[in-house]
Amino acid sequence: MPQNDPSSLWESLSGRPNQSDRCIWAPNSEIRLRELVAGSTLNGRLNELRGRSVLILMHDQLTAALALAQIDGIARRLVLCPPDLDGQHIPLVMAMAAVNAVVTDLSPAEVGAIGGNCLIRCSSAVSPGAEVRGKQESTEWILFTSGTSGAPKMVSHSLSSLAGAIKGGSSLDAAIVWSTFYDIRRYGGLQIFLRAMLGGGSLLLSGTEESTADYLGRAAAHSVTHITGTPSHWRRALMSGAAHRILPHYVRLSGEIADQAILDSLRETYPVARIAHAFASTEAGVAFEVEDGLAGIPVSQFAQANGGVELKIEDGSLRVRSPRTAVRYVGSPGATLVDAEGFVDTGDILEQSNGRYHFIGRRGGIINVGGLKVHPEEVEAVINRHPRVQMSLVRSRKNPITGAVVVAEIVLKPELNPSSAATESAGLTREILENCHRALAAHKVPASIRFVPSLDVTPSGKVARPNA
Amino acid sequence: MSDSVRSTIVSQFDQVAREQKRKLAPLSDDLVLMDSGLDSLCFAIVVARLEDSLGFDPFGVSEDARFPVTLGDFIKFYEDAAK
Repeated sequence: MPQNDPSSLWESLSGRPNQSDRCIWAPNSEIRLRELVAGSTLNGRLNELRGRSVLILMHDQLTAALALAQIDGIARRLVLCPPDLDGQHIPLVMAMAAVNAVVTDLSPAEVGAIGGNCLIRCSSAVSPGAEVRGKQESTEWILFTSGTSGAPKMVSHSLSSLAGAIKGGSSLDAAIVWSTFYDIRRYGGLQIFLRAMLGGGSLLLSGTEESTADYLGRAAAHSVTHITGTPSHWRRALMSGAAHRILPHYVRLSGEIADQAILDSLRETYPVARIAHAFASTEAGVAFEVEDGLAGIPVSQFAQANGGVELKIEDGSLRVRSPRTAVRYVGSPGATLVDAEGFVDTGDILEQSNGRYHFIGRRGGIINVGGLKVHPEEVEAVINRHPRVQMSLVRSRKNPITGAVVVAEIVLKPELNPSSAATESAGLTREILENCHRALAAHKVPASIRFVPSLDVTPSGKVARPNA
Repeated sequence: MSDSVRSTIVSQFDQVAREQKRKLAPLSDDLVLMDSGLDSLCFAIVVARLEDSLGFDPFGVSEDARFPVTLGDFIKFYEDAAK
Protein backbone atom coordinates (compact mmCIF):
# COMPACT_ATOMS: atom_id res chain seq x y z
CA MET A 1 0.00 0.00 0.00
CA PRO A 2 1.14 3.50 -0.57
CA GLN A 3 1.99 5.61 2.48
CA ASN A 4 2.18 4.06 5.95
CA ASP A 5 -0.83 1.71 5.67
CA PRO A 6 -3.70 4.02 6.61
CA SER A 7 -6.23 2.28 8.80
CA SER A 8 -9.09 3.57 6.65
CA LEU A 9 -9.88 5.34 3.39
CA TRP A 10 -11.02 8.35 5.38
CA GLU A 11 -7.78 8.58 7.33
CA SER A 12 -5.90 8.61 4.05
CA LEU A 13 -8.18 11.21 2.45
CA SER A 14 -8.35 13.55 5.40
CA GLY A 15 -4.66 13.16 6.21
CA ARG A 16 -3.73 15.08 3.08
CA PRO A 17 -3.85 18.76 3.86
CA ASN A 18 -3.19 19.59 0.25
CA GLN A 19 -6.08 17.97 -1.63
CA SER A 20 -5.61 20.63 -4.31
CA ASP A 21 -8.10 19.81 -7.03
CA ARG A 22 -8.54 16.08 -6.60
CA CYS A 23 -11.93 14.99 -7.91
CA ILE A 24 -14.21 12.06 -8.59
CA TRP A 25 -15.99 12.60 -11.91
CA ALA A 26 -19.18 10.83 -12.93
CA PRO A 27 -21.02 11.39 -16.25
CA ASN A 28 -23.06 14.34 -14.96
CA SER A 29 -21.41 15.39 -11.75
CA GLU A 30 -18.12 15.95 -10.01
CA ILE A 31 -17.14 15.75 -6.36
CA ARG A 32 -14.09 17.58 -5.02
CA LEU A 33 -12.41 15.46 -2.40
CA ARG A 34 -11.61 18.46 -0.23
CA GLU A 35 -15.38 19.14 -0.06
CA LEU A 36 -16.09 15.52 0.78
CA VAL A 37 -13.67 15.49 3.73
CA ALA A 38 -15.35 18.65 5.07
CA GLY A 39 -18.89 17.31 4.59
CA SER A 40 -21.16 14.27 4.43
CA THR A 41 -23.58 12.46 2.11
CA LEU A 42 -25.14 10.50 5.01
CA ASN A 43 -27.31 13.20 6.64
CA GLY A 44 -25.27 13.27 9.84
CA ARG A 45 -26.02 9.60 10.57
CA LEU A 46 -22.57 8.08 10.03
CA ASN A 47 -22.10 7.15 13.69
CA GLU A 48 -25.22 4.97 13.68
CA LEU A 49 -23.19 2.62 11.49
CA ARG A 50 -20.42 2.15 14.04
CA GLY A 51 -19.63 -1.51 14.58
CA ARG A 52 -22.39 -2.67 12.23
CA SER A 53 -22.43 -4.97 9.21
CA VAL A 54 -23.49 -2.51 6.50
CA LEU A 55 -25.04 -3.41 3.15
CA ILE A 56 -24.07 -0.89 0.43
CA LEU A 57 -26.99 -1.16 -2.00
CA MET A 58 -26.95 1.54 -4.68
CA HIS A 59 -28.23 2.37 -8.13
CA ASP A 60 -25.60 5.02 -8.60
CA GLN A 61 -21.90 4.26 -8.74
CA LEU A 62 -20.76 7.68 -7.52
CA THR A 63 -23.09 7.50 -4.51
CA ALA A 64 -21.59 4.10 -3.68
CA ALA A 65 -18.06 5.48 -3.98
CA LEU A 66 -18.80 8.35 -1.59
CA ALA A 67 -20.46 6.01 0.92
CA LEU A 68 -17.47 3.65 0.90
CA ALA A 69 -15.04 6.53 1.48
CA GLN A 70 -16.98 7.61 4.56
CA ILE A 71 -18.04 4.30 6.11
CA ASP A 72 -14.76 2.37 5.87
CA GLY A 73 -13.16 2.63 9.31
CA ILE A 74 -16.54 3.04 11.07
CA ALA A 75 -18.49 -0.12 10.15
CA ARG A 76 -17.40 -3.56 11.29
CA ARG A 77 -18.20 -4.85 7.83
CA LEU A 78 -18.99 -3.39 4.40
CA VAL A 79 -21.03 -5.62 2.09
CA LEU A 80 -20.66 -4.17 -1.38
CA CYS A 81 -23.52 -5.16 -3.71
CA PRO A 82 -22.65 -5.33 -7.40
CA PRO A 83 -24.77 -3.16 -9.72
CA ASP A 84 -26.63 -6.13 -11.19
CA LEU A 85 -27.52 -7.89 -7.94
CA ASP A 86 -30.90 -9.58 -8.36
CA GLY A 87 -33.25 -7.93 -5.85
CA GLN A 88 -34.70 -11.29 -4.85
CA HIS A 89 -31.31 -12.26 -3.38
CA ILE A 90 -31.19 -9.30 -0.96
CA PRO A 91 -32.77 -11.11 2.03
CA LEU A 92 -30.40 -14.05 1.52
CA VAL A 93 -27.37 -11.76 1.26
CA MET A 94 -28.41 -9.96 4.44
CA ALA A 95 -28.70 -13.24 6.30
CA MET A 96 -25.43 -14.65 4.94
CA ALA A 97 -23.43 -11.54 5.90
CA ALA A 98 -25.30 -10.84 9.18
CA VAL A 99 -26.25 -7.40 7.85
CA ASN A 100 -27.80 -5.04 10.40
CA ALA A 101 -27.69 -1.72 8.53
CA VAL A 102 -28.47 -0.72 4.94
CA VAL A 103 -27.08 2.34 3.20
CA THR A 104 -28.90 2.95 -0.06
CA ASP A 105 -30.14 5.36 -2.71
CA LEU A 106 -32.98 2.99 -3.67
CA SER A 107 -36.62 3.65 -2.87
CA PRO A 108 -38.07 1.77 0.14
CA ALA A 109 -40.08 -0.42 -2.24
CA GLU A 110 -36.92 -1.45 -4.09
CA VAL A 111 -35.05 -2.24 -0.88
CA GLY A 112 -37.88 -4.43 0.40
CA ALA A 113 -38.26 -5.70 3.95
CA ILE A 114 -35.18 -5.12 6.08
CA GLY A 115 -36.69 -5.98 9.45
CA GLY A 116 -35.60 -3.84 12.36
CA ASN A 117 -32.32 -2.89 10.74
CA CYS A 118 -30.93 0.60 10.52
CA LEU A 119 -31.71 2.19 7.13
CA ILE A 120 -29.78 5.25 5.95
CA ARG A 121 -30.46 7.15 2.74
CA CYS A 122 -27.36 8.30 0.96
CA SER A 123 -27.09 10.83 -1.83
CA SER A 124 -24.38 11.89 -4.24
CA ALA A 125 -24.55 15.50 -3.02
CA VAL A 126 -22.15 16.52 -0.26
CA SER A 127 -23.69 18.61 2.53
CA PRO A 128 -21.26 20.80 4.39
CA GLY A 129 -20.42 19.86 7.97
CA ALA A 130 -18.16 16.90 8.69
CA GLU A 131 -19.46 13.96 10.73
CA VAL A 132 -17.85 13.21 14.11
CA ARG A 133 -15.89 10.05 13.44
CA GLY A 134 -14.20 9.09 16.69
CA LYS A 135 -12.18 5.89 16.88
CA GLN A 136 -11.37 4.03 13.63
CA GLU A 137 -11.93 0.35 13.31
CA SER A 138 -10.53 -2.08 10.85
CA THR A 139 -13.44 -2.74 8.49
CA GLU A 140 -13.93 -6.10 6.80
CA TRP A 141 -14.85 -5.80 3.10
CA ILE A 142 -17.29 -8.38 1.70
CA LEU A 143 -17.33 -8.70 -2.09
CA PHE A 144 -19.41 -10.82 -4.44
CA THR A 145 -17.56 -13.26 -6.66
CA SER A 146 -18.13 -12.60 -10.35
CA GLY A 147 -21.37 -13.54 -12.05
CA THR A 148 -22.12 -17.20 -11.70
CA SER A 149 -25.64 -18.54 -11.73
CA GLY A 150 -27.78 -19.20 -8.68
CA ALA A 151 -27.28 -17.86 -5.19
CA PRO A 152 -24.66 -15.16 -4.68
CA LYS A 153 -21.27 -16.11 -3.29
CA MET A 154 -19.27 -13.69 -1.18
CA VAL A 155 -15.69 -13.49 0.05
CA SER A 156 -13.98 -11.54 2.83
CA HIS A 157 -11.19 -9.04 2.14
CA SER A 158 -9.46 -6.27 4.07
CA LEU A 159 -8.50 -2.80 2.87
CA SER A 160 -4.87 -3.88 2.61
CA SER A 161 -5.60 -7.10 0.66
CA LEU A 162 -7.66 -5.08 -1.83
CA ALA A 163 -5.33 -2.12 -2.19
CA GLY A 164 -1.97 -3.83 -2.27
CA ALA A 165 -1.76 -4.76 -5.88
CA ILE A 166 -1.87 -2.10 -8.52
CA LYS A 167 1.52 -1.00 -9.72
CA GLY A 168 2.05 1.97 -11.96
CA GLY A 169 0.51 4.60 -9.76
CA SER A 170 1.88 3.93 -6.36
CA SER A 171 3.44 7.34 -5.93
CA LEU A 172 1.42 10.04 -4.25
CA ASP A 173 1.22 11.95 -7.46
CA ALA A 174 -1.76 14.29 -7.65
CA ALA A 175 -1.38 14.47 -11.41
CA ILE A 176 -2.49 10.85 -11.83
CA VAL A 177 -6.02 10.54 -13.13
CA TRP A 178 -7.33 7.02 -12.78
CA SER A 179 -10.22 5.57 -14.69
CA THR A 180 -11.75 2.20 -15.31
CA PHE A 181 -14.28 0.69 -17.68
CA TYR A 182 -15.34 -1.48 -14.73
CA ASP A 183 -17.95 -0.47 -12.22
CA ILE A 184 -16.09 0.17 -8.95
CA ARG A 185 -18.39 -2.31 -7.19
CA ARG A 186 -16.63 -5.14 -9.00
CA TYR A 187 -13.18 -6.34 -7.95
CA GLY A 188 -11.39 -4.89 -11.00
CA GLY A 189 -12.96 -1.47 -10.54
CA LEU A 190 -12.71 -1.43 -6.76
CA GLN A 191 -8.93 -1.69 -6.95
CA ILE A 192 -8.82 1.46 -9.06
CA PHE A 193 -11.17 3.32 -6.71
CA LEU A 194 -8.99 2.39 -3.73
CA ARG A 195 -5.78 3.24 -5.54
CA ALA A 196 -7.11 6.67 -6.45
CA MET A 197 -8.36 7.34 -2.92
CA LEU A 198 -5.24 6.04 -1.15
CA GLY A 199 -2.81 7.51 -3.65
CA GLY A 200 -2.82 11.13 -4.58
CA GLY A 201 -4.84 11.24 -7.75
CA SER A 202 -8.32 11.79 -9.12
CA LEU A 203 -10.82 9.26 -10.47
CA LEU A 204 -13.14 9.28 -13.47
CA LEU A 205 -16.04 6.81 -13.24
CA SER A 206 -17.60 5.20 -16.31
CA GLY A 207 -21.35 5.57 -16.77
CA THR A 208 -23.76 2.65 -16.93
CA GLU A 209 -25.81 4.19 -19.73
CA GLU A 210 -22.90 5.86 -21.48
CA SER A 211 -21.53 4.82 -24.89
CA THR A 212 -17.87 3.81 -25.08
CA ALA A 213 -17.14 6.83 -27.29
CA ASP A 214 -18.75 9.23 -24.79
CA TYR A 215 -16.85 7.67 -21.90
CA LEU A 216 -13.56 7.98 -23.76
CA GLY A 217 -14.45 11.57 -24.66
CA ARG A 218 -14.85 12.43 -20.97
CA ALA A 219 -11.66 10.51 -20.17
CA ALA A 220 -9.86 12.67 -22.75
CA ALA A 221 -11.37 15.89 -21.40
CA HIS A 222 -10.07 15.08 -17.90
CA SER A 223 -6.68 13.85 -19.18
CA VAL A 224 -6.93 10.32 -17.77
CA THR A 225 -3.44 8.89 -17.28
CA HIS A 226 -4.10 5.38 -15.88
CA ILE A 227 -6.95 3.33 -17.29
CA THR A 228 -8.04 -0.27 -16.84
CA GLY A 229 -10.58 -2.72 -18.24
CA THR A 230 -11.08 -6.23 -19.53
CA PRO A 231 -9.84 -7.23 -22.99
CA SER A 232 -13.51 -7.04 -24.05
CA HIS A 233 -13.75 -3.45 -22.79
CA TRP A 234 -10.61 -2.58 -24.75
CA ARG A 235 -11.84 -4.25 -27.95
CA ARG A 236 -15.00 -2.21 -27.68
CA ALA A 237 -12.90 0.91 -27.18
CA LEU A 238 -10.83 0.16 -30.28
CA MET A 239 -13.97 -0.47 -32.33
CA SER A 240 -15.60 2.74 -31.12
CA GLY A 241 -13.17 4.81 -33.17
CA ALA A 242 -12.58 6.94 -30.06
CA ALA A 243 -9.67 5.02 -28.50
CA HIS A 244 -7.11 7.44 -29.91
CA ARG A 245 -8.71 10.36 -28.06
CA ILE A 246 -6.99 9.46 -24.79
CA LEU A 247 -3.23 9.50 -24.21
CA PRO A 248 -2.77 7.23 -21.19
CA HIS A 249 0.59 6.54 -19.55
CA TYR A 250 -0.63 3.22 -18.23
CA VAL A 251 -3.09 0.77 -19.75
CA ARG A 252 -4.11 -2.38 -17.94
CA LEU A 253 -6.11 -5.44 -18.95
CA SER A 254 -7.51 -7.98 -16.51
CA GLY A 255 -10.50 -10.22 -15.87
CA GLU A 256 -10.14 -12.23 -19.08
CA ILE A 257 -7.38 -13.77 -21.14
CA ALA A 258 -5.44 -11.08 -23.03
CA ASP A 259 -4.59 -12.46 -26.48
CA GLN A 260 -1.77 -11.24 -28.71
CA ALA A 261 -4.13 -9.39 -31.08
CA ILE A 262 -5.52 -7.10 -28.38
CA LEU A 263 -2.05 -6.47 -26.93
CA ASP A 264 -0.71 -5.57 -30.38
CA SER A 265 -3.67 -3.30 -31.14
CA LEU A 266 -3.22 -1.42 -27.89
CA ARG A 267 0.49 -1.07 -28.47
CA GLU A 268 -0.19 0.41 -31.89
CA THR A 269 -2.83 2.79 -30.50
CA TYR A 270 -0.79 3.83 -27.43
CA PRO A 271 2.85 3.60 -28.52
CA VAL A 272 4.33 5.19 -25.40
CA ALA A 273 2.02 3.77 -22.71
CA ARG A 274 2.99 1.03 -20.30
CA ILE A 275 0.65 -1.82 -21.22
CA ALA A 276 0.15 -4.52 -18.62
CA HIS A 277 -2.08 -7.56 -18.54
CA ALA A 278 -2.87 -8.98 -15.16
CA PHE A 279 -4.48 -12.01 -13.66
CA ALA A 280 -6.91 -11.08 -10.94
CA SER A 281 -10.05 -12.51 -9.42
CA THR A 282 -12.18 -11.57 -6.44
CA GLU A 283 -11.07 -14.74 -4.66
CA ALA A 284 -7.38 -14.86 -5.57
CA GLY A 285 -6.64 -11.14 -5.70
CA VAL A 286 -4.09 -9.88 -8.21
CA ALA A 287 -1.70 -12.73 -8.88
CA PHE A 288 0.63 -11.22 -11.46
CA GLU A 289 1.12 -8.52 -14.03
CA VAL A 290 2.91 -8.97 -17.33
CA GLU A 291 4.37 -5.96 -19.14
CA ASP A 292 6.47 -7.42 -21.96
CA GLY A 293 3.70 -7.05 -24.55
CA LEU A 294 3.30 -10.78 -25.09
CA ALA A 295 0.32 -12.98 -24.27
CA GLY A 296 0.76 -15.53 -21.48
CA ILE A 297 3.05 -15.39 -18.46
CA PRO A 298 6.79 -16.06 -18.53
CA VAL A 299 7.55 -19.30 -16.65
CA SER A 300 10.24 -17.35 -14.77
CA GLN A 301 7.52 -15.35 -13.03
CA PHE A 302 6.46 -18.56 -11.28
CA ALA A 303 9.91 -19.16 -9.83
CA GLN A 304 10.16 -16.03 -7.73
CA ALA A 305 7.70 -14.77 -5.17
CA ASN A 306 6.85 -11.27 -6.33
CA GLY A 307 5.45 -8.88 -3.76
CA GLY A 308 4.72 -11.83 -1.50
CA VAL A 309 2.71 -13.62 -4.20
CA GLU A 310 3.49 -17.29 -4.78
CA LEU A 311 2.16 -19.11 -7.82
CA LYS A 312 2.03 -22.80 -8.62
CA ILE A 313 0.20 -25.16 -10.90
CA GLU A 314 -1.48 -28.22 -9.49
CA ASP A 315 -3.79 -30.55 -11.40
CA GLY A 316 -3.44 -28.16 -14.30
CA SER A 317 -4.86 -25.11 -12.55
CA LEU A 318 -3.28 -21.94 -11.23
CA ARG A 319 -2.95 -21.71 -7.42
CA VAL A 320 -2.14 -18.46 -5.65
CA ARG A 321 -0.89 -17.77 -2.15
CA SER A 322 -0.54 -14.09 -1.27
CA PRO A 323 -1.53 -11.32 1.11
CA ARG A 324 -3.98 -10.18 -1.57
CA THR A 325 -6.21 -13.24 -1.67
CA ALA A 326 -9.57 -13.17 0.01
CA VAL A 327 -9.55 -14.78 3.46
CA ARG A 328 -12.64 -16.99 3.31
CA TYR A 329 -16.12 -17.39 1.89
CA VAL A 330 -18.85 -15.64 3.84
CA GLY A 331 -22.10 -17.35 4.72
CA SER A 332 -21.34 -20.52 2.74
CA PRO A 333 -20.65 -23.18 5.37
CA GLY A 334 -18.45 -25.95 4.07
CA ALA A 335 -17.04 -23.95 1.14
CA THR A 336 -13.27 -23.72 1.44
CA LEU A 337 -11.42 -20.87 -0.21
CA VAL A 338 -7.81 -21.66 0.72
CA ASP A 339 -6.23 -25.12 1.00
CA ALA A 340 -4.24 -26.34 4.01
CA GLU A 341 -1.14 -24.55 2.72
CA GLY A 342 -2.95 -21.27 2.15
CA PHE A 343 -3.27 -21.49 -1.65
CA VAL A 344 -6.43 -20.42 -3.51
CA ASP A 345 -7.34 -22.62 -6.49
CA THR A 346 -8.33 -20.22 -9.29
CA GLY A 347 -9.88 -22.97 -11.44
CA ASP A 348 -8.05 -21.51 -14.45
CA ILE A 349 -6.24 -24.11 -16.51
CA LEU A 350 -2.75 -23.22 -17.80
CA GLU A 351 -0.56 -24.94 -20.35
CA GLN A 352 3.13 -24.35 -20.92
CA SER A 353 4.63 -23.70 -24.33
CA ASN A 354 7.80 -21.86 -25.39
CA GLY A 355 8.73 -20.69 -21.93
CA ARG A 356 5.33 -19.17 -21.16
CA TYR A 357 2.15 -20.34 -19.52
CA HIS A 358 -1.07 -19.73 -21.42
CA PHE A 359 -4.61 -19.88 -20.14
CA ILE A 360 -6.64 -22.41 -22.04
CA GLY A 361 -9.91 -22.19 -20.13
CA ARG A 362 -11.57 -22.99 -16.85
CA ARG A 363 -11.99 -26.20 -14.93
CA GLY A 364 -15.48 -27.58 -15.23
CA GLY A 365 -15.74 -25.96 -18.65
CA ILE A 366 -17.03 -22.67 -17.21
CA ILE A 367 -17.14 -20.22 -20.10
CA ASN A 368 -16.16 -16.56 -19.71
CA VAL A 369 -18.14 -14.40 -22.18
CA GLY A 370 -16.83 -10.87 -21.88
CA GLY A 371 -16.30 -11.30 -18.13
CA LEU A 372 -19.61 -13.08 -17.45
CA LYS A 373 -19.43 -16.72 -16.48
CA VAL A 374 -21.57 -19.42 -18.04
CA HIS A 375 -22.01 -22.94 -16.72
CA PRO A 376 -22.41 -25.22 -19.75
CA GLU A 377 -24.79 -27.52 -17.87
CA GLU A 378 -27.30 -24.72 -17.44
CA VAL A 379 -27.43 -24.10 -21.19
CA GLU A 380 -27.50 -27.82 -22.03
CA ALA A 381 -30.51 -28.28 -19.74
CA VAL A 382 -32.46 -25.71 -21.76
CA ILE A 383 -31.40 -27.16 -25.12
CA ASN A 384 -32.32 -30.67 -23.96
CA ARG A 385 -35.89 -29.58 -23.26
CA HIS A 386 -36.59 -29.52 -27.00
CA PRO A 387 -38.46 -32.73 -27.83
CA ARG A 388 -36.17 -33.62 -30.73
CA VAL A 389 -32.90 -33.23 -28.83
CA GLN A 390 -31.26 -36.35 -27.47
CA MET A 391 -28.20 -34.79 -25.92
CA SER A 392 -26.05 -31.72 -26.22
CA LEU A 393 -22.60 -30.42 -25.38
CA VAL A 394 -22.07 -26.75 -24.70
CA ARG A 395 -18.56 -25.41 -24.83
CA SER A 396 -16.46 -22.32 -25.29
CA ARG A 397 -15.22 -21.04 -28.62
CA LYS A 398 -12.49 -18.39 -28.77
CA ASN A 399 -13.84 -15.06 -29.94
CA PRO A 400 -12.03 -11.83 -30.83
CA ILE A 401 -14.74 -9.57 -29.40
CA THR A 402 -15.77 -11.11 -26.07
CA GLY A 403 -12.85 -13.49 -25.54
CA ALA A 404 -15.18 -16.46 -25.84
CA VAL A 405 -18.70 -17.31 -26.91
CA VAL A 406 -20.97 -20.23 -26.09
CA VAL A 407 -21.40 -22.83 -28.83
CA ALA A 408 -23.45 -26.02 -28.80
CA GLU A 409 -23.17 -29.43 -30.43
CA ILE A 410 -26.43 -31.32 -30.53
CA VAL A 411 -27.34 -34.96 -31.17
CA LEU A 412 -30.92 -35.38 -32.35
CA LYS A 413 -33.18 -38.30 -31.58
CA PRO A 414 -32.80 -41.09 -34.13
CA GLU A 415 -36.11 -40.64 -35.96
CA LEU A 416 -34.89 -37.41 -37.46
CA ASN A 417 -31.71 -36.84 -39.36
CA PRO A 418 -31.40 -33.18 -40.26
CA SER A 419 -28.29 -33.61 -42.37
CA SER A 420 -30.61 -34.89 -45.06
CA ALA A 421 -32.97 -31.94 -44.68
CA ALA A 422 -31.23 -28.60 -44.45
CA THR A 423 -34.45 -26.63 -44.15
CA GLU A 424 -35.59 -28.73 -41.22
CA SER A 425 -32.22 -28.17 -39.55
CA ALA A 426 -32.57 -24.40 -39.93
CA GLY A 427 -36.05 -24.54 -38.38
CA LEU A 428 -34.79 -26.62 -35.45
CA THR A 429 -31.90 -24.25 -34.88
CA ARG A 430 -34.35 -21.38 -34.72
CA GLU A 431 -36.66 -23.20 -32.28
CA ILE A 432 -33.80 -24.18 -29.98
CA LEU A 433 -32.40 -20.65 -30.00
CA GLU A 434 -35.83 -19.25 -29.20
CA ASN A 435 -36.09 -21.60 -26.22
CA CYS A 436 -32.67 -20.43 -25.05
CA HIS A 437 -33.55 -16.74 -25.46
CA ARG A 438 -36.68 -17.24 -23.38
CA ALA A 439 -34.90 -19.06 -20.53
CA LEU A 440 -31.38 -17.62 -20.42
CA ALA A 441 -29.49 -14.32 -20.26
CA ALA A 442 -28.30 -13.21 -23.71
CA HIS A 443 -24.62 -14.09 -23.12
CA LYS A 444 -25.59 -17.70 -22.29
CA VAL A 445 -27.45 -18.32 -25.56
CA PRO A 446 -25.29 -20.28 -28.02
CA ALA A 447 -23.80 -18.12 -30.77
CA SER A 448 -23.57 -21.19 -32.95
CA ILE A 449 -25.34 -24.54 -33.06
CA ARG A 450 -24.04 -27.60 -34.90
CA PHE A 451 -25.86 -30.91 -35.27
CA VAL A 452 -23.52 -33.87 -34.85
CA PRO A 453 -24.11 -37.62 -35.24
CA SER A 454 -22.80 -38.44 -31.74
CA LEU A 455 -21.02 -37.11 -28.66
CA ASP A 456 -18.47 -38.92 -26.50
CA VAL A 457 -19.84 -40.23 -23.25
CA THR A 458 -17.68 -41.06 -20.20
CA PRO A 459 -17.86 -44.47 -18.47
CA SER A 460 -20.02 -42.83 -15.81
CA GLY A 461 -22.56 -41.92 -18.47
CA LYS A 462 -21.91 -38.18 -18.67
CA VAL A 463 -21.15 -36.19 -21.78
CA ALA A 464 -17.36 -36.04 -22.04
CA ARG A 465 -16.11 -32.47 -21.67
CA PRO A 466 -12.88 -31.58 -23.33
CA ASN A 467 -10.59 -30.30 -20.55
CA ALA A 468 -11.49 -26.64 -20.03
CA MET B 1 -16.38 -13.77 -54.01
CA SER B 2 -16.36 -10.31 -52.50
CA ASP B 3 -20.05 -9.79 -53.24
CA SER B 4 -20.91 -12.96 -51.43
CA VAL B 5 -18.75 -11.99 -48.43
CA ARG B 6 -20.52 -8.65 -48.25
CA SER B 7 -24.00 -10.13 -48.52
CA THR B 8 -23.19 -12.85 -45.98
CA ILE B 9 -22.02 -10.19 -43.51
CA VAL B 10 -25.03 -7.95 -44.09
CA SER B 11 -27.47 -10.83 -43.65
CA GLN B 12 -25.74 -11.83 -40.37
CA PHE B 13 -26.07 -8.27 -39.07
CA ASP B 14 -29.80 -8.40 -39.89
CA GLN B 15 -30.33 -11.81 -38.36
CA VAL B 16 -28.41 -11.18 -35.13
CA ALA B 17 -30.14 -7.81 -34.65
CA ARG B 18 -33.50 -9.58 -35.02
CA GLU B 19 -32.56 -12.37 -32.59
CA GLN B 20 -31.21 -9.95 -29.99
CA LYS B 21 -34.15 -7.55 -30.49
CA ARG B 22 -31.89 -4.67 -31.48
CA LYS B 23 -32.79 -1.85 -33.84
CA LEU B 24 -30.21 -1.89 -36.59
CA ALA B 25 -29.13 1.45 -38.07
CA PRO B 26 -29.27 1.74 -41.89
CA LEU B 27 -26.16 -0.13 -43.06
CA SER B 28 -23.62 1.87 -45.04
CA ASP B 29 -19.85 1.53 -45.39
CA ASP B 30 -19.13 4.57 -43.22
CA LEU B 31 -21.39 3.44 -40.37
CA VAL B 32 -19.34 3.21 -37.14
CA LEU B 33 -19.93 -0.34 -35.88
CA MET B 34 -20.51 0.82 -32.32
CA ASP B 35 -23.29 3.10 -33.61
CA SER B 36 -25.01 0.30 -35.54
CA GLY B 37 -27.32 -0.64 -32.67
CA LEU B 38 -25.44 -3.89 -32.02
CA ASP B 39 -23.50 -4.39 -28.78
CA SER B 40 -20.30 -6.37 -28.15
CA LEU B 41 -22.19 -9.61 -27.64
CA CYS B 42 -23.96 -9.14 -30.98
CA PHE B 43 -20.62 -8.62 -32.75
CA ALA B 44 -19.19 -11.66 -31.02
CA ILE B 45 -22.13 -13.70 -32.38
CA VAL B 46 -21.75 -12.20 -35.87
CA VAL B 47 -18.05 -13.17 -35.92
CA ALA B 48 -18.82 -16.71 -34.69
CA ARG B 49 -21.57 -17.18 -37.32
CA LEU B 50 -19.34 -15.81 -40.08
CA GLU B 51 -16.69 -18.31 -39.06
CA ASP B 52 -19.32 -21.05 -39.47
CA SER B 53 -20.51 -19.84 -42.87
CA LEU B 54 -17.28 -18.51 -44.44
CA GLY B 55 -14.94 -21.00 -42.78
CA PHE B 56 -12.48 -18.44 -41.37
CA ASP B 57 -12.02 -15.83 -38.67
CA PRO B 58 -9.82 -12.99 -39.95
CA PHE B 59 -9.26 -11.72 -36.38
CA GLY B 60 -7.45 -14.95 -35.61
CA VAL B 61 -5.08 -14.79 -38.58
CA SER B 62 -4.62 -11.13 -39.44
CA GLU B 63 -1.21 -9.54 -39.08
CA ASP B 64 -2.95 -6.18 -39.01
CA ALA B 65 -3.38 -5.15 -35.41
CA ARG B 66 -6.14 -2.67 -36.17
CA PHE B 67 -9.69 -3.42 -35.12
CA PRO B 68 -12.33 -2.44 -37.70
CA VAL B 69 -14.19 0.74 -36.78
CA THR B 70 -16.71 1.14 -39.63
CA LEU B 71 -18.85 -1.42 -41.46
CA GLY B 72 -16.69 -0.76 -44.54
CA ASP B 73 -13.53 -1.65 -42.53
CA PHE B 74 -15.25 -4.78 -41.24
CA ILE B 75 -16.27 -5.98 -44.71
CA LYS B 76 -12.83 -5.19 -46.15
CA PHE B 77 -11.22 -7.10 -43.27
CA TYR B 78 -13.18 -10.21 -44.26
CA GLU B 79 -12.72 -9.65 -48.02
CA ASP B 80 -8.95 -9.32 -47.61
CA ALA B 81 -8.82 -12.50 -45.54
CA ALA B 82 -10.86 -14.33 -48.18
CA LYS B 83 -8.33 -13.53 -50.92
